[in-house]
Amino acid sequence: MSVDTVSMTGWGRTAPTTALRFRPRTYEEAVAAVRGCGPRGSIARGLGRAYGDAAQNAGGSVLDMTALNRIRGTDAAGSTVTCDAGVSLHRLMRAVLPLGRFPPVTPTTRYVTVGGAIASDVHGRNQRVAGSFSRHVQALELLTADGDVRTVRPGTALFDATAGGMGLTGVILSATIRLRPVATSLMSVTTERATDLDDLMARLTASGHRSSYTAAWIDLLARGRSTGRAVLTRGEHAPLDALPAHARRTPLVFRPARLPAVPAYVPEGLLGRTSVALLNGLRYRAAPRHRTGELQRISSFFHAMDGVPHWNRVYGRSGFVQYQFVVGNGQEETLRRIVGRISLRRCPAFHAVLGRFGESDPGWLSFPMPGWSLTLGLPAALPGLAGFLDELDEEVAAAGGRVCLAKDARLRPETLAAMYPRLAEFRALRAELDPGGAFRSDLSRRLAL
Amino acid sequence: MKDAFGAPQSLLVLGGTSEIGLATARRLISRRTRTVRLAGRPSPALERAAAELRALGADVRTLAFDALTPESHETTLGGLFAEEDIDMVLMAFGVPGDQARDEEEPLSAVRVAQTNYTGAVSAGLVCAGALQAQGHGSLVVLSSVAGERARRADFIYGSSKAGLDTFAQGLGDALQGTGVQVMVVRPGFVRSKKTAGLPETPLETTPEAVADAIVTGLRRRSETVWVPGSLRVVMSALRHVPRPLFRRLPV
Repeated sequence: MSVDTVSMTGWGRTAPTTALRFRPRTYEEAVAAVRGCGPRGSIARGLGRAYGDAAQNAGGSVLDMTALNRIRGTDAAGSTVTCDAGVSLHRLMRAVLPLGRFPPVTPTTRYVTVGGAIASDVHGRNQRVAGSFSRHVQALELLTADGDVRTVRPGTALFDATAGGMGLTGVILSATIRLRPVATSLMSVTTERATDLDDLMARLTASGHRSSYTAAWIDLLARGRSTGRAVLTRGEHAPLDALPAHARRTPLVFRPARLPAVPAYVPEGLLGRTSVALLNGLRYRAAPRHRTGELQRISSFFHAMDGVPHWNRVYGRSGFVQYQFVVGNGQEETLRRIVGRISLRRCPAFHAVLGRFGESDPGWLSFPMPGWSLTLGLPAALPGLAGFLDELDEEVAAAGGRVCLAKDARLRPETLAAMYPRLAEFRALRAELDPGGAFRSDLSRRLAL
Repeated sequence: MKDAFGAPQSLLVLGGTSEIGLATARRLISRRTRTVRLAGRPSPALERAAAELRALGADVRTLAFDALTPESHETTLGGLFAEEDIDMVLMAFGVPGDQARDEEEPLSAVRVAQTNYTGAVSAGLVCAGALQAQGHGSLVVLSSVAGERARRADFIYGSSKAGLDTFAQGLGDALQGTGVQVMVVRPGFVRSKKTAGLPETPLETTPEAVADAIVTGLRRRSETVWVPGSLRVVMSALRHVPRPLFRRLPV
């Protein structure tokens, strides 16, 4: 097991801290690393795609799980797969797509590990119909603070604390996940434009559209009558007969495109108000008013940003802050007010996505709840951003909504309790399961989780 | 822990009655800071400062700290770090001295040097070690523009700040890559209660402006901060003025 001291940040590249990094290659090594962690505890880390400080542990140890990456196999019908926690969704897709299977839920990047996906209980564009990742987990192996490895199944308190528990109940070692059948590796995509926020919300609400995957890119820099204009995309896994003849011979091929990486040094402020307003305008006008049945590769439909390695560097040295909140159905006024405030303030949100959530998931700290979710990324160097986001937090909390912990790097501990009503249970379970504080992260210290 | 904008949740001010220190503490409490430790020589002024910050809603404690007894620093400061995480240490202690008297009485000049430099070296090293062990944190060192170039009017104070400044820069380099940020703050002439009677000078600043610059510097992870920012340009020009000419300048 290799051990070194490294400075780490989340994908947003803010608030670096230093920890001892262990890289276990077997479960035994993982047990040894957890048992041998010092007074500042340890936390599991996957591919570092959490935007904030969830997988950092200042002055303690971090277990880099990426070397634990065996896919142990699928069941006879291929409807479930059992794999180590360090397997990335990218590798999982490569392995199961040829069998005509697909992960039930994928976030906007394939470069998350299975363990990370469970610990953050990630959601995808199909949250409304499929729930989030943990809903499809049949069982998982959890290494707890006492050094034991337990098999945890849905419906138990430990499972609900672990799903979305940000790695604080233990180290997930492996999991068995249900897969969904697909006929091809292409998506059949419908694109439409919404002229303003009300139009967009009406389209997102419209019944009859029970599309599997729905999301809307929203131009938050548009003002006046076009405030909230957006491009809405819905996708379905394309059936075999939708493919052109030449593609039908290899329907399940998985070939993601990859562009050159962003250089290590990018000047600050590249994505400022003017450039982002220009890009957003272009992007809106370039989108078709209405188009159906366009075939897109899985990689470009779900994971457009994965094609650009190290895209997080475009914000420069100061990094960026990702903000995602959800407010319940019936809180449309809050959503309108927040979108209005963001566009009035001219926040250069290059990538902003509005979506709808369905049923909540059982995880105590799981993010989704039925309602509206808005995600945006902003340069951390933007003056006054800290105070502005605090104000948004208050609006969200007052409306009974919450912000997403896997993306957070700046929430106030006081606000957290108002957003997650089952936080007290989570804390109580942790106190019982891990009285010595073997599992800690910068996130848990910052928010007193 | 600090957040994405470098705002700390816990703060230790060395020199707990310093106006800049308190202005910074107030500014940080209005953001994220919830616990403040004010270190200084026990005095009613220190308690008053603590009470004032407590009224803003922070959990404030005072602790006895004397720059002039470096042998006690390991116990007092190291002891504090053993109890809790400190996200930011602000080294704000220092004495301006009295140039005319200090020139007459070498012992009082030595006191200035010992407080501003020797005390800071020992406290700085103790804090840097503790921050490194906890894997994160910011050490903010209040230097002065007076340390940039010797002036007839305050070279004893200036030389002590020059030493401190060089020490802090080197410490920052030593801690590169450890998750610990060392930030050197070089304010110009600070208009405060202590300097109320003194004549106006160009490019003077206030404790509040210094506090703002510190908050911005934390967000940008800066290594050096000048207050006001224009001093950076002015001083890089003044640094190259020949000495015979510099002596005659009304600075």
